[in-house]
Amino acid sequence: MKAKYAAGSILKYGSLILGVIAAILPILVVFFASFKTGAEYTTTGPLTPPSDWTNFENFKRAFVEGNMLNGFKNTVIILLISIIGTTLIGSMVAFVLNRFKFRGSKLILGAFLLATLIPGVTTQVATFQIVNALGLFNTMWAAIILYLGTDIIAIYIFLQFMNSISVSLDESAMLDGASYFTIYTKIILPLLKPAIVTVIIVRGIFVYNDFYTPFLYMPKTELHVISTALFKFQGPYGSEWEVICAGIMLAIIPTFLAFISLQKHIYNGLTSGSVK
Amino acid sequence: MFSKLSYRTQRIIIIVSFLIVPLTLLATFSFLPVANMFWYSVTDWNGYSDKEFVGLENYITVFTDPEYFRVFGVSLYYFFATFVQMAIALYFATILSFRVRFKNFFKGVIFFPYLLNGVAIGFMFLFFFRPDGALDTVLQMIGLGDLAMHWLGNPDIINISLAGTSIWRYMGFNFIIFLGAISSISGEIYEAAEIDGANRWQQFRYIIMPSIRIIISLNLVLAISGALSAFEIPYIMTGGANGSATFVIQTVDTAFKYGKIGLASAMAVILLFIVIIVTVLQKRFFSEED
Repeated sequence: MKAKYAAGSILKYGSLILGVIAAILPILVVFFASFKTGAEYTTTGPLTPPSDWTNFENFKRAFVEGNMLNGFKNTVIILLISIIGTTLIGSMVAFVLNRFKFRGSKLILGAFLLATLIPGVTTQVATFQIVNALGLFNTMWAAIILYLGTDIIAIYIFLQFMNSISVSLDESAMLDGASYFTIYTKIILPLLKPAIVTVIIVRGIFVYNDFYTPFLYMPKTELHVISTALFKFQGPYGSEWEVICAGIMLAIIPTFLAFISLQKHIYNGLTSGSVK
Repeated sequence: MFSKLSYRTQRIIIIVSFLIVPLTLLATFSFLPVANMFWYSVTDWNGYSDKEFVGLENYITVFTDPEYFRVFGVSLYYFFATFVQMAIALYFATILSFRVRFKNFFKGVIFFPYLLNGVAIGFMFLFFFRPDGALDTVLQMIGLGDLAMHWLGNPDIINISLAGTSIWRYMGFNFIIFLGAISSISGEIYEAAEIDGANRWQQFRYIIMPSIRIIISLNLVLAISGALSAFEIPYIMTGGANGSATFVIQTVDTAFKYGKIGLASAMAVILLFIVIIVTVLQKRFFSEED
């Protein structure tokens, strides 16, 4: 029995360690290469650690020459505006649809739910013409408005959460003479906080990592975000893998820091945000 | 300022003002594109010309011209990869739902790749698969050096390499969903099973599997639309070269590289239909289960 238990343990931890190696190795070799000099990169193997851990030359080049600095700036702007917008739009729709029953309210809810069936990636052919006609092509607003206009998951998360906020709170506020607008801003919005955290996480991950939208709608160099700035490394640095690796690390570091500090929220956010 | 108005008036103002922007956005960016897409798909529009009605010609091209038809085959690689991905995810989720040392560390590391930027992952694996790169070096270290090959140069292997990258990227998501579902099973059930002498496999087979069956089938069905929509990894890594073009890459190229908006719309409509059929089937399947 004991031997069998030990064998089980070896299998269990062995497979876990294998999983960890598979997850970490591709990142680790990039991490190593990002500190190597050009000569060192060509003469050492990928699994050899760099000789000088303080060689930040590649990072400097990726950051400045590679336009990553500008990419971070644009990503942050788009991220902030679209997250604030998504929170407002999602909570407003959820408030109205959850608290008021009126003619057409079912229809509107149905329209939002129906839209979740449309995979965004398929409709770009036609969406492009609309964005172009609105004069938004090659402006930051193209990405922002598309993130706002197609984010139905946020509405869904808020709608589900609204069910748990008791109507009696609204009613007692109304006895005190509060307007509906006050009820929304002073009661509902603060109580939606856990749902807002979920929305920020789900949308934050999506927007930071999105490649398709900025690639298609904002090809201008000044408008590059992290994804598209990094994508541009392919041509000019084609043979300078140590610089590309530094660029990859720069794109990963913010994600890593966010994960370390928000771990629990991220797990919860994804589990609740995925129940479509 | 609103409080002087009657609740009836307030209600109307709130409903209209809170819904007008979201509904405008919904109509403009979700429904209008779909409607336009149907219209473009029966024309020969190239983005500038007059739209001339051509009937079902575009649809016939997609299904008969091997250049367009072929890409469905590429989807199969991603479809099978999803099964592998879910099997691995389920394995790790099960193991980590029992008592394990350093549980949070293992959980975090196995999940982390899912959070990463797609372009970063694409480049990371371009690097990983390079001749004499990390993968070849590791294979040599464990005595499998003969297996080293042009992972992205060989047309027979390229889709396996890319689908493998896709597994690396998305497995963590399935893993965390499965883990959440398994953790919600009450600990008492396991205790009772252990008292009855059930071993780990029996616990998995008769306690865990039945309670997450629905989540597994949901994910399997999603695998079909996921496989057809595969885009980022192959586009970033190869641009669709060497026989690695997926359906969405083909659509995007047809529209934006070759300017055949009509034909690309037909492809997008086909994909939309497949995805909707799959989703409806899955919804129906679910309501019967409950």
